[in-house]
Amino acid sequence: MSQNNAIHLEHISKSFDGFKALSDVSFTARWGEVHALLGENGAGKSTLMNIVSGLYGPESGSLYVDDNSLSLSGPRDAARAGIGMVHQHFKLVEPFSVTENVLLSLDGNLTARAYRRRISEVAGKIRDKATELGFQINPDARISDISIAEQQRAEILKVLVGGARILILDEPTAVLTDEESESLLEKIRDFARRGNAVILVTHKMKDVFRYADQVTVMRQGRTVRTLVPADVTADELVALTVGDSVADAHQRAQHEAGEVLLDVSDLMTAAVNQARRSLDGVNFQVRRGEIYGIAGVGGNGQSELAAALMGQPLSTEGSALLGDENLLTMSHARRRECGIACIPADRYRSALAGPLTIAENYALGEIFSGHYGPLWFLKKKKIEAEAAQAVADFDVQGVRSLRQKAALLSGGNAQKLVIAREFRKTPSLVIVHSPSRGLDVKASMAVRQKLVEARNAGAAVVLISEDLDEVISLSDRIGVMSAGRIVEEFSQPADRQQIGQAMVNHV
Amino acid sequence: MDIISSWIGNIPEFALPFALAALGLIIIERSGVLALGAEGLMLMGALAGIGTYLVSGNNAIALFSAMFFAALVSLLFAFMVLVLRINQVISGLVLVFFCQGLSALLGTLLDWTNHPVPGLPDISPWLLADLPLIGGLFRQNIVVYLTPLVFLLSGWFLFRSVPGLRLRAVGENPQAADSVGIPVIGYRLLAILAGSALIGLAGAYISVLSTKMWIANMIGGRGWIAVALVIFARWSPWKALAGAVLFGCIEALIPQLAASGIRLPQYFVFMTPYAVTLAVMIWVAAGKSGTSSQPGALGLPYVREERT
Repeated sequence: MSQNNAIHLEHISKSFDGFKALSDVSFTARWGEVHALLGENGAGKSTLMNIVSGLYGPESGSLYVDDNSLSLSGPRDAARAGIGMVHQHFKLVEPFSVTENVLLSLDGNLTARAYRRRISEVAGKIRDKATELGFQINPDARISDISIAEQQRAEILKVLVGGARILILDEPTAVLTDEESESLLEKIRDFARRGNAVILVTHKMKDVFRYADQVTVMRQGRTVRTLVPADVTADELVALTVGDSVADAHQRAQHEAGEVLLDVSDLMTAAVNQARRSLDGVNFQVRRGEIYGIAGVGGNGQSELAAALMGQPLSTEGSALLGDENLLTMSHARRRECGIACIPADRYRSALAGPLTIAENYALGEIFSGHYGPLWFLKKKKIEAEAAQAVADFDVQGVRSLRQKAALLSGGNAQKLVIAREFRKTPSLVIVHSPSRGLDVKASMAVRQKLVEARNAGAAVVLISEDLDEVISLSDRIGVMSAGRIVEEFSQPADRQQIGQAMVNHV
Repeated sequence: MDIISSWIGNIPEFALPFALAALGLIIIERSGVLALGAEGLMLMGALAGIGTYLVSGNNAIALFSAMFFAALVSLLFAFMVLVLRINQVISGLVLVFFCQGLSALLGTLLDWTNHPVPGLPDISPWLLADLPLIGGLFRQNIVVYLTPLVFLLSGWFLFRSVPGLRLRAVGENPQAADSVGIPVIGYRLLAILAGSALIGLAGAYISVLSTKMWIANMIGGRGWIAVALVIFARWSPWKALAGAVLFGCIEALIPQLAASGIRLPQYFVFMTPYAVTLAVMIWVAAGKSGTSSQPGALGLPYVREERT
């Protein structure tokens, strides 16, 4: 096993739209080792690896393979240098066979030999590599016909048949079951032991501890440290990835709930043909000063419930009474008057108008109330002044100008902007769906903090989330949703095991 | 009997422009570029073909010049969709309107309108041309005989060669193609140029070899039928050829009916290709449409450094 550097990066920087995705990153991976690259969403792992694989050009910095300086003008160059990357979202052409996909990536004379001979030659190479690695694969199968795990094997083989000795795997276990992950990572480790190099991009601690020889932690576009996993504890690694210590989630001050504010009874979606209704008689009540969490396995009606309560077009029966008014039939203007705040799961599609500016998005909620002047003469100065205040108050980062498009905000900051708008006036009822989906730990904490603050100020909060930890840590009461109904309710302190049982038992 | 044999003999002449234009469109659309501009490119080809013949007096030069000028005009379309990344539907429509205006203007300014040209002589292989009923199929000019060869070559290129595989990969999943170093924009540009040349040839066939003169807007909607034909053929050259023959049969029938004294309202006659297009589309949509073979990235511009 040689211990030379397989790949060495120095002072790499890269920006997107003025956002610094990587600043002054250095990184080294050695032959014969599995090197894990650990970090949260948006830490810059994928960007860095896209630079190594030649897909992105770095703005500055240098790259060495086997201690030779290299400049890559494209993925083909990287492949020639023996670098191959398996992307998190596979880069496979679905209507093509495995062999055709591999053939695509190969260099070489295009016309000299008959196509069919070339195909069978490549299929032979795929079989050889597969045997060497211990993979099962049918080279003639169409990509669209095979499972995700097989597609991943096809991707790995594509890279290896192309001659890669430095294999980059971007979140390879994200799409696999535990068993599939273990079997894959064992084979990958064997591959590294045979004198190759593997870079494993991941955010799973388990994978790092079981399979990595070294780990480099990235945070906010920088490499923090490189360690040997055996020398650290999981907690230390988490602290390195997350950065400033994050307050514990279980700081829920006890809070006295008030009278019932929202009474949902027999809420159903219209029956389509003979199919099961996605909402099949939902009943629950939410009081002022209470967070009511709705937990459940995804696809049991949570999205429909959120859509119905948020006033998105959906044909429903039953009622959701707010005082003596029915939330389901209320106009959006009236919803605003009543102080109903909605935070949908898909912030970019349902909550923000991407091409509009940050200030405009902020003002959207109050355009019709006349707060910013009549509709034919909006007071732009007032909008921007208030938006600037809100951006500061709610700690929306990455705002270079209020006239920048909202679509350019990252997930966490987009969510903060949505909350800033919805909480402009103290809300009486808050409806949130998966508020921290796709956000990193810090942004999630900030978002959850705002929900708790709203509750403490007397709002009734309906929290629909598939993240059980989030529901348990935030909610005062928890309803478990299954097959379109609330099947069981729990009060705090709730037992995680029992909730988990309720989620799966009632299907 | 005479009517039928003369009808059959006329089919290639009507089918050929559809076939060539559809093949050109398939090559472009297989690369992921939605091409609606066929009508315009055919007009440019038709005009350039006549113009070049009037200047040079050589049919071969005229046809090649039609291909060249159609490809030249398609550079404008390529610039719009590949570089500026303007919506491909709008770019296609703009191309049609631009070419309609430009070809009519040039045809008038250069005085190329209404000048008859001789066309190409028919080639009648021994015996075949004397067959009863279908003999007329073998009294055709050289371009007709060459067209199946062009289809054979294109089919071989698309499905039996590595560059063809790459072209289709660019149309199905440009991200995947780019990640293995295939120049997406380069392949799309070449596809647009090559496809447009074929579409231009289709136009020149109509003006130089079929109508044998230039009249403004003489393509009369055939480019649009070719666009529909490609959908009907599901981006397969062979099905497109079959579809072109079908449309050719219908179009060839119209003059026969008129000649035989059957009175049809003129606009009904003009309408038939469109009605058939509509019927075919409905038939295709109503049939098993589960396995649509539309290129995966059709109509989507490609940007590499886009954060998703």
